[in-house]
Amino acid sequence: MATSTTWLLRPLQERSTQLFLGILTAALAVVTLLHLAMPEDSALHVSAYTVTLLGKYLCYALLAVAVDLVWGYLGILSLGHGAFFALGGYAMGMYLMRQIGDRGTYGDPILPDFMVFLNWDSLPWYWHGFDMAWFAFAMVLLVPGALAFVFGYLAFRSRVTGVYLSIITQALTFALMLAFFRNEMGFGGNNGLTDFRDILGFNLRTDATRLGLFIATGVALAIGYVICRGIVTSKLGRVSVACRDAEARTRFLGYRVERVQLFVFVVSAMLAGVAGALYVPQVGIINPSEFSPLFSIEVVVWVALGGRATLYGAVIGALLVNYAKTVFTGVMPDAWLFALGGLFVLVTVFLPKGIAGLLQKRRKAPEKDRSNPREATA
Amino acid sequence: MSMLEQLTNRDQVFDFLAPAASPVDVRHGPILYMEDVNVSFDGFKAINNLNLTIDDGELRCIIGPNGAGKTTMMDIITGKTRPDTGSVWFGSRHNLLTMNEPDIATLGIGRKFQKPTVFEALTVFENLELAMAADKRILPTLTAIMKPENRDQIDEVLEMIGLKDLRDKLAGILSHGQKQWLEIGMLLMQKPRLLLVDEPVAGMTEQEMERTAELLTSLAGKQSVVVVEHDMGFVRSIARQVTVLHQGGVLAEGTMDEVSNDPEVIKVYLGEEA
Repeated sequence: MATSTTWLLRPLQERSTQLFLGILTAALAVVTLLHLAMPEDSALHVSAYTVTLLGKYLCYALLAVAVDLVWGYLGILSLGHGAFFALGGYAMGMYLMRQIGDRGTYGDPILPDFMVFLNWDSLPWYWHGFDMAWFAFAMVLLVPGALAFVFGYLAFRSRVTGVYLSIITQALTFALMLAFFRNEMGFGGNNGLTDFRDILGFNLRTDATRLGLFIATGVALAIGYVICRGIVTSKLGRVSVACRDAEARTRFLGYRVERVQLFVFVVSAMLAGVAGALYVPQVGIINPSEFSPLFSIEVVVWVALGGRATLYGAVIGALLVNYAKTVFTGVMPDAWLFALGGLFVLVTVFLPKGIAGLLQKRRKAPEKDRSNPREATA
Repeated sequence: MSMLEQLTNRDQVFDFLAPAASPVDVRHGPILYMEDVNVSFDGFKAINNLNLTIDDGELRCIIGPNGAGKTTMMDIITGKTRPDTGSVWFGSRHNLLTMNEPDIATLGIGRKFQKPTVFEALTVFENLELAMAADKRILPTLTAIMKPENRDQIDEVLEMIGLKDLRDKLAGILSHGQKQWLEIGMLLMQKPRLLLVDEPVAGMTEQEMERTAELLTSLAGKQSVVVVEHDMGFVRSIARQVTVLHQGGVLAEGTMDEVSNDPEVIKVYLGEEA
């Protein structure tokens, strides 16, 4: 059994992973300290609002890592990862709704407000169990995982890859968006789920809980990163790269390409689900707009900007773009999409390997380059 | 074939009685046996009553003009294309027509493509590592650890294909010839019983060709090797047995001298070059 966990421990001995975890831990510690220790009127004080904002960025970073795992290392451009993110978010949202109890506007001890409003007299079957934290948290992993499994099984078995697969993933998230917009689905329609009170007994509206969620997100990002890194540094990771670059060749070597794709896709969808689940209590709402195809495309832009097939590049991309988005949409809201588009064009032209590529060049250490050399010139 | 149909076939072992995983059996005959194989694509007969047997340890060259069905033949053996009729056996136990590509690869048939396809984003060493005979299911692959004997096996193959100094270089930077050798090395890592090699010297320099000829002849005996090639000089330098394909069937078979003196062969193939 000692050998069965080696893949997960291997990244911890790597300099790059140690560096990543070190920086992440330091950032979490600094934010926590500045939030707790600095007086509120100090310039160095980090407000609860900022802590939650940073927590949201970290959720996005975890989602970006999940996308990079399938796009960078497996060559599957998923334009629908927002669907897994949103499903994880809805599973968490359902738990949080059940935690409201009779404190809702209508005071019904069981039914969430929107169901009372729609004159429903009992809980739909799929809402049962979500009052228990362990069940809800299991669903956060299982629902996106199951969807990814069914979707991936059908797609990869039929050897659908490339642009076609990307388009189907878009269709998947779009279809889910339309479905979740319907009131009859029982997920709150276009208003989604909101008005959350507590999580695991902690009041969501206190600063301490918000800080706790921020730290939990940081830990989830660290664990997600190590899992992904463990996969890509294992032999399975090299097989993924092989599937990405020469699928037929890999098949003739005796690997079942569709199973490799399915495995990595499901792991990635589960990570996206966790990211969504941590996102919802921090922003306080989940609605069908998270299923929007545009959001999924934006995630891909973060990864491309940060640098594909590096994992840490995805984190950098997600943090930078979302920080820029916060700043820009505050200063001149109309210009944001132009700025994002412009940034994307500039990076594609001048930094084909993204920000991570720039960092690697700077360091000049001849670190092994996992990206496809044929694509670098394209 | 349905179970009921099988029961009426008295000259064959029923599928459900045949041992599922068993080593290749060549005690009673050839390692590869193809009989009356036919394939047509949209009415075009790519393979036309093809009969071919390859003995264990043999080095066989297959020549033929473009469209003679050489690549289709390899597709059939490796499970990529299913023939319309005919039978293809690997040893006397394994019916290749009932197996899929990964199973056939695992059973011991390695294939080298016309265009060198190596994994360019991986190092030479890693390319060989992936090709190594091992449990290739998901979880064993995830938890796989390189053992010293695996490392030795890879080093041995690196020595054979002459890429020892390049072991930690990305395969993408190799020259065309080196990629071809790497690919042959990858085949060797699978410890195949039968190697199918498609145009190994296309685009190679004179020196590289010599090196390749040495490599292939050194393999024969341990493995059965089937080489499909256009370059007649190269075929002459390695071949003991030559099969000439034409319009999807076997036109002639024999030593290079016999074949090149066959009037039919001269007419359809060699005549063009002479």
